[in-house]
Amino acid sequence: MIAYLGRRITALLIILFGSSFILYNLAAISGDPTEALRGSTDPKAQAQLLALTRTLNLNVPPPARYFLWLKRIFSGFNFGNTRDGHPVSVDLSAAIPTTIRLILLATIIAIVLGVAFGIVSALRQYSRFDYGMTFVAFLMYSLPIFWVAVLLKQYLAISFNNFLAEVTIQPGWILALSVVSGVFWASLISGDRKRVWKIFGIAGGISALILTVLSITKWFANPGLGPIVLFGLSVGVAYGITFLSTGLGNKAALKSAQVMVVIALVLYYPNQYIFNHAGGVQTILVQLLVTLGIGYAVSRYFAKIDRRPVARTAMITGAVIGLLILVDKLMQTWKPYLATDAVNGRPVPTISESNSLLPAGNFWFTFLDTLLHLFLPTIALSLISFAGYIRYSRGTLLEVMNQDYIRTARAKGLTERTVIMRHAFRNTLIPLTTIIVVDFAAIIGGAIITERVFGWRGMGTLFNKAISDFDLNLLMGVFFVTATLAVLANLAADLIYSALDPRIRVVGS
Amino acid sequence: MTLISRFKRKKSDEVISGDIANREVEGLSQGQIVRRRFLRHRGAMISLIVLGAVILFVFSALDLTIGFIKYPGWWKYSIVDQPDIRTNGCPPGLGGCPTLSVNPFGAFGLGDHPFGQDDIGRDYFALVMRGAQRSILVMFIIGIVGGAIGTTIGAISGFYRGVVDSVLMRFTDFIITIPSIIIGSVIGYHFGNLGVTFLAFYLGLFAWTGLSRLVRGEFLTLREREFVDAAKVAGASNRRIIFKHILPNAVGVIIVSVTLIMSGAILLETALSYLGFGVVAPDVSLGLLISQYQDSFTTRPWLFWYPGIFIILIALSVNFIGDGLRDAFDPRQRRRISRKEKAAERKVAAEKQG
Repeated sequence: MIAYLGRRITALLIILFGSSFILYNLAAISGDPTEALRGSTDPKAQAQLLALTRTLNLNVPPPARYFLWLKRIFSGFNFGNTRDGHPVSVDLSAAIPTTIRLILLATIIAIVLGVAFGIVSALRQYSRFDYGMTFVAFLMYSLPIFWVAVLLKQYLAISFNNFLAEVTIQPGWILALSVVSGVFWASLISGDRKRVWKIFGIAGGISALILTVLSITKWFANPGLGPIVLFGLSVGVAYGITFLSTGLGNKAALKSAQVMVVIALVLYYPNQYIFNHAGGVQTILVQLLVTLGIGYAVSRYFAKIDRRPVARTAMITGAVIGLLILVDKLMQTWKPYLATDAVNGRPVPTISESNSLLPAGNFWFTFLDTLLHLFLPTIALSLISFAGYIRYSRGTLLEVMNQDYIRTARAKGLTERTVIMRHAFRNTLIPLTTIIVVDFAAIIGGAIITERVFGWRGMGTLFNKAISDFDLNLLMGVFFVTATLAVLANLAADLIYSALDPRIRVVGS
Repeated sequence: MTLISRFKRKKSDEVISGDIANREVEGLSQGQIVRRRFLRHRGAMISLIVLGAVILFVFSALDLTIGFIKYPGWWKYSIVDQPDIRTNGCPPGLGGCPTLSVNPFGAFGLGDHPFGQDDIGRDYFALVMRGAQRSILVMFIIGIVGGAIGTTIGAISGFYRGVVDSVLMRFTDFIITIPSIIIGSVIGYHFGNLGVTFLAFYLGLFAWTGLSRLVRGEFLTLREREFVDAAKVAGASNRRIIFKHILPNAVGVIIVSVTLIMSGAILLETALSYLGFGVVAPDVSLGLLISQYQDSFTTRPWLFWYPGIFIILIALSVNFIGDGLRDAFDPRQRRRISRKEKAAERKVAAEKQG
């Protein structure tokens, strides 16, 4: 294992070296930083020219200058200074967390949703849903991200903020949204014509009802789930996850999931107390760990044999219900957050990565604020890779379903759920790890544009500055970070690949 | 006994689909099968027509000079004309609103300024047409340059293997690690003022990495096949084997990935122009138009919508054509046999037996 890791890391270091060498030379020969001074008639220009040449080592040809740069990197990660005198490493360390936050969330959302939709699309091959998803995926491939971003700003931010002033949903909107929901569910479940119409009616009706209730109660002004709705949702989650994870026939798993619901509801009010008095990232992580621990203990109690799937079911159920409780807490924060002077009733921002006017010290305000600022950029950024994941997971699952082992699994009488979730789905995940890497480079490129559109002060801003100022040190710093991220993603994908696929052996030979 | 006979008579759905599909390709060459599959792909055919129509429409609208031939465009304005800003018929306080009307119950007409006018009165239709011309030009140049380089590098490294292969593939890895937007910006910022053809050419020099990997893989498998051995035994030179025997078999992979490069290229060009590192004023590009007028979206949305719609139209059709080609070249791909066709087949089979 260690030998394998060593070999991989050596290869990746060589790649980093090669690509930075190419980029450095490319950037160095594509322009001249002294151009502005050369044309100037200022008597001081000559002296400035000499000083600039000396500080940037311009008298050394680019390939050799690269090694001067590399030498500084090796002697303690010294990225040099920008043209206006800041140390590059300071600028970078301020920008990295912002960009990583954006990229990470967008990637996770794109993977989860893309794989889910891709798999349903493959299971319903040649259905209306499948054709619809194919079209949607191609449409997203073809959308320029900066164009979508402007639309999102207008329709999801400005219009939604205007809507919050009134909070009642217009009847036309209720009708339109219900029809959309009906079409979605009808095409998803599909069947013969009568069934499709029935599902369309039911789904559309339920959506219309929910929207009307939300509108009448002015839910959007003061949202929240409350223990009762939370209970209903949790029961749904428990059954859904048990169905996907082990099948409802597994009584031990179903019972553990149900007990998890009860425990979560019993702990609802104590949890609120903890949230209010000790809110923080660490607290949430501790709560997550405790939830997983309880899940494990519950599964130990119910399952005497074959404990792993039961434990998995209980733990996932617990985590998802915990997430619901967290969402509920954020919804409770919504109304006071809206009322603060910094927000002034217009919560969805179109610009920058945080609201600097917000009173500091309230963890929930900061948390909600960060999420709201992430909202639009994350949607814009995940749209493109979302399309990729839909297409790829659909294709892979279709291929897997044609394999002999799927036929064998069916022939020995396994239920369709087991065949899909245990045999097909897991094998679909293996090749997916390889495109995560390719996608990561694309998403970094997308982040540069997204940050520009939404006015984030991250790597994208630095990059823009580096190009327009002709600042080689800054450019190489930005590249170093993005390339390292891409290379690390590559390494992680390799390791996951070898962990998922037993045919790939990780040995040091 | 009855069970077995029933089993024999009733063919399964899968077998029937296979029968139909096999009968359809009987006696056809590979090229004919591919062509037939492609023509049957509805999305791809529609896209092909749309793309063709867009290209004709866009390139015929404005003046065009190729060598000595001067073609006068059918549109009355050029991108430099500055007619007076139209105000009658527009909402109060807003000048230069679009005159395009596609009301299905009323008049259909382009009007004087179908896409409106920009700040200084330039006709936006002419600007969008020029931008679309630029985007299509960039798309084809990057596709051709990237495709040529990628095929060459992939073919050499897959055919000769060994040291040549390692060197070329490491080089490919180096370039693949640099996000294309970074390479594009570095090149675009400094070569953008040389004109759009140069810009596209330089961008094409770095657009081949994915293609070369795929072509290499294809060559690695094809070179082990019997027909290559046969050619070798017959004394064919390496050159002949590559061009006459392997390349025709790899053409599917190449065409499909070139369409992918092309659809990526159009988005790359617009993104670079948007960032200000691509096509620069006074030249026009769709990305540049969007970046210039994105702030006027709330007041004069037409300045924002039309360039975007053309980008999507072009990129979407190229993507669908690529999908159709991929399906057509995929030997495992089987056409979907509809229920009707299956029923008809069953009926024929039953009549034969009865």
